[in-house]
Amino acid sequence: MCRLFALTSREPVSPMLAIDALNVMKEGHDGSGVGLFLSGLGGPFEELKGHPILSGIFTDAGLKRVYEYMAERGHRAQYSAMFKPETVPPVGTPKRGTYASLAYKMSDEWRALPKAEQDRALVQMRLDLRAEGEESGEIMVFSLWPDTIMIKEVGDPMAIGEYLKLDREELHARHILAQGRQNTNYAINLYACHPFFIEGISTMTNGENTAFIPIKEYLQSRGVTGYQGYQSDSEVFTHIAHFATKKLGLDISSYKHVITPMNDEEMAGHPDREFLSNLKKSCRKLIIDGPNCVIGCLPDGSMFMAQDRKKLRPGVVGGDPKKGIFAFSSEICGLNAAIPDRDKTQDFQPMHLDTAIVGPDCREVLKCSQKDPLRLQR
Amino acid sequence: MLAERPITPSTLSRKDLPWQIKWDINTCTKCGRCTSVCPVNAIELGVFRKRDIKAPMGLSAKPTTEFSTFYGIRQRTDPAYACIGCAMCNMVCPNNAIEPQRQDDSTTLQFQNNRGGQSRTRGGRRNNSESLLDQIKFIRISMLTDPALDAGRHEFEIRTLLGRVLSPENEIKCFHENGWKPPVREIYPLVIGGMSFGALSPNMWEGLQMGVAYLNEEMNMPVRMCTGEGGCPPRLLRSRFIKYVILQIASGYFGWDEIIHAIPEMKEDPCAIEIKYGQGAKPGDGGLLMWHKVNNLIAAIRGVPKGVSLPSPPTHQTKYSIEEAVAKMIQSMSMAWGFRVPVYPKISASSTSLAVLNNLVRNPYAAGLAIDGEDGGTGAAYNVSMNHMGHPIASNLRDCYKALCVAGAQNEIPLIAGGGIGKHGNLAANAAALIMLGASMVQIGKYVMQAGAGCLGSEKDRCNVCNIGVCPKGITSQDPRIYRRLDPEKVAERVVDFYLSFDTELRKVFAPLGRSTSLPIGMSDALGISDKDVADRLDIKYVI
Ligand code: SF4
Ligand code: SF4
Repeated sequence: MCRLFALTSREPVSPMLAIDALNVMKEGHDGSGVGLFLSGLGGPFEELKGHPILSGIFTDAGLKRVYEYMAERGHRAQYSAMFKPETVPPVGTPKRGTYASLAYKMSDEWRALPKAEQDRALVQMRLDLRAEGEESGEIMVFSLWPDTIMIKEVGDPMAIGEYLKLDREELHARHILAQGRQNTNYAINLYACHPFFIEGISTMTNGENTAFIPIKEYLQSRGVTGYQGYQSDSEVFTHIAHFATKKLGLDISSYKHVITPMNDEEMAGHPDREFLSNLKKSCRKLIIDGPNCVIGCLPDGSMFMAQDRKKLRPGVVGGDPKKGIFAFSSEICGLNAAIPDRDKTQDFQPMHLDTAIVGPDCREVLKCSQKDPLRLQR
Repeated sequence: MLAERPITPSTLSRKDLPWQIKWDINTCTKCGRCTSVCPVNAIELGVFRKRDIKAPMGLSAKPTTEFSTFYGIRQRTDPAYACIGCAMCNMVCPNNAIEPQRQDDSTTLQFQNNRGGQSRTRGGRRNNSESLLDQIKFIRISMLTDPALDAGRHEFEIRTLLGRVLSPENEIKCFHENGWKPPVREIYPLVIGGMSFGALSPNMWEGLQMGVAYLNEEMNMPVRMCTGEGGCPPRLLRSRFIKYVILQIASGYFGWDEIIHAIPEMKEDPCAIEIKYGQGAKPGDGGLLMWHKVNNLIAAIRGVPKGVSLPSPPTHQTKYSIEEAVAKMIQSMSMAWGFRVPVYPKISASSTSLAVLNNLVRNPYAAGLAIDGEDGGTGAAYNVSMNHMGHPIASNLRDCYKALCVAGAQNEIPLIAGGGIGKHGNLAANAAALIMLGASMVQIGKYVMQAGAGCLGSEKDRCNVCNIGVCPKGITSQDPRIYRRLDPEKVAERVVDFYLSFDTELRKVFAPLGRSTSLPIGMSDALGISDKDVADRLDIKYVI
């Protein structure tokens, strides 16, 4: 079973904090891979807030091609956080080239586009580069989005953290999702490694998604650029979060109503019963049927956790509102390692109806039950 | 055979009959029950004459000849009275002195079945014992990251939607704007398919209705039953039970008058309206209610004279083309109930199913599509239609589901699959396979007769005399002397029994796949088959 750990903090922190927590939970995962999502970046990227950052792994030729590709379209690199490890990689990790995060000043044409168009163009660019890389093997792109860095690698999280020197200041971030282990159901593939990302939304999951094929087919038929790839059966969780919030305009507290709607009995006395039962019907194809825990981060920096009632061991949320730091962890020991001196009585394990949300201000854990009246939908 | 009996080209010996009667002189009590119960008069009481030669010991005494007569059972060899293997004779025989036996090498009757220039018509099933659905395996078992669910203890929600479901975008828009929304019913995914009042005996029909009502009201299983063409008894139309019924209207419009007259007095809306364009077992042909069964009651409900054959004609003047029919009929049927009732067409699976579906996708009132594969069949039709016409359901359904996926409408138009489900008794496995191939629900007809009323028919052309009003079990007869054999209460009990066991079996399939709260519609990665061509065609896994 994968181990998940997410941190959200008012001040940027080192991603190694999350890696350390994964390491504490090591018993439960095989150390076969690690994925990191960083947003709310500190350091040099903080000044470059609106500029899309391209993150991925490139060979020298690949990097050259990326520069060419971007230059052809009039985008200029503003700042690059490059890392080319010189040491011998840890056991099981291939030697790949440069791990880069390149912040771009986008072309004037791009900036003239309306927001939705800009977003679409970024997704398209990422997909084009990814496709090119899949052919040549020179380029691997995980994200292209403002204030977002993604790092993925095969191997033990701790060893990778040290190998890639993830402690660097340029990688410090306010919102961090980290997952240990490669995917299980399919062949080893970096794209299949959690967390997944689309247009500012990132989620990671542990558990099982037995409805993968129907959901994948459904999402693909929605005509949304970026609903593709699907190297892992839980990539769809991210896209459902995207679909629900961006395409349907639902609040994230409604996410759970989409993936695991209430049954008739639970819904019976609900003030928004009509809306919810309609939503359940029309989103029937997006119901995730399987034990799972989802942790995700939204474009505004809020973080959430939701889990299915079939999940045997639920994740936990806890933190220190005074210091402004909260963590979402699949195991309590991870939480203890990252925020040892928190008020443990305030820890919260969201149960089958709950979604735990921590806003970007990191003040409190918002506990939403599916039985609550719906929050205002955007 | 008498010495002077003429031997013509169509004369058959007993050996030529596929079903032969084995009668045991030693155990027979000569009660005569078998001959009285035989639905086709295949056996009759016979007087046999026997010559005995007695040769005494010694050289002088001459042998003598003695004649005796005895009584017994004689099987007729006239093709019109050929034994159908129903074994009713055995069922009534106190000593098991008589039983039919199948002779697979006796094929001559097949060539003699058509007499007087008339093609053979029969009721029942397609005489083919293969079943593709039975070969499909469920291969995606949750073992890896989490243990499988507990079929006995987890909460399951085995429900499906019948009706046009709006896309999430439109649903939310419609909700905010308070717009008209197509009606949607949440029902149990196993529907009793259209078997008409007329084809079935009143007792059978009543039994089914009672079973369905019990399942709904006592077992909390929203099971629905389709009437088939031929109308619905007026009292049922005006009762609260009509909500468990899908009313069918078809090319013949039989019984429709009755329904229209009842509309103003209906207490409840029916569950849905099914417009029948074709049945899988007799595509492009429709049912054939032969005159034997058109008695006073049936004639009255259908609004026709008594004692005339009633073929459901394939088309009617009002159905000019499928496009027009789909548009017009769906709209007018919806209108009849103030757009509160889902209306959907039922077609035979055919090479043009996709075209029909394409029409429906663009019709905002279309509530679904029922596709009926070649394998079904409960009613009467021509032999040739039943055995040789039609398209198998699995690939047809799969094509339709994939077309919906391309159009992004896979949750919007439910596909209802029928034809050959549970043909060999594997109802839950077959239904689950079809659901995973893309059906939102499945419908059964024959299985209900077999399980609910003990129909004797088989894929080996056993019984299958449903069309001539002599159904030995009273399932498809309109003769009160025969149908009173069937106790409606018992039918209802059996219906409830098999639904409950179906439900258990379905959980046994779904739980290991990790599904408990939504039907695994289109979960094709769970399916595997050991035939490469089939796997490629259905886009499922090839496993050996
Ligand atoms: S098996 Fe049926 S048809 Fe044949 S003799 Fe017996 S009762 Fe008659
Ligand atoms: S028992 Fe009745 S319904 Fe069944 S095959 Fe025979 S005649 Fe038909």
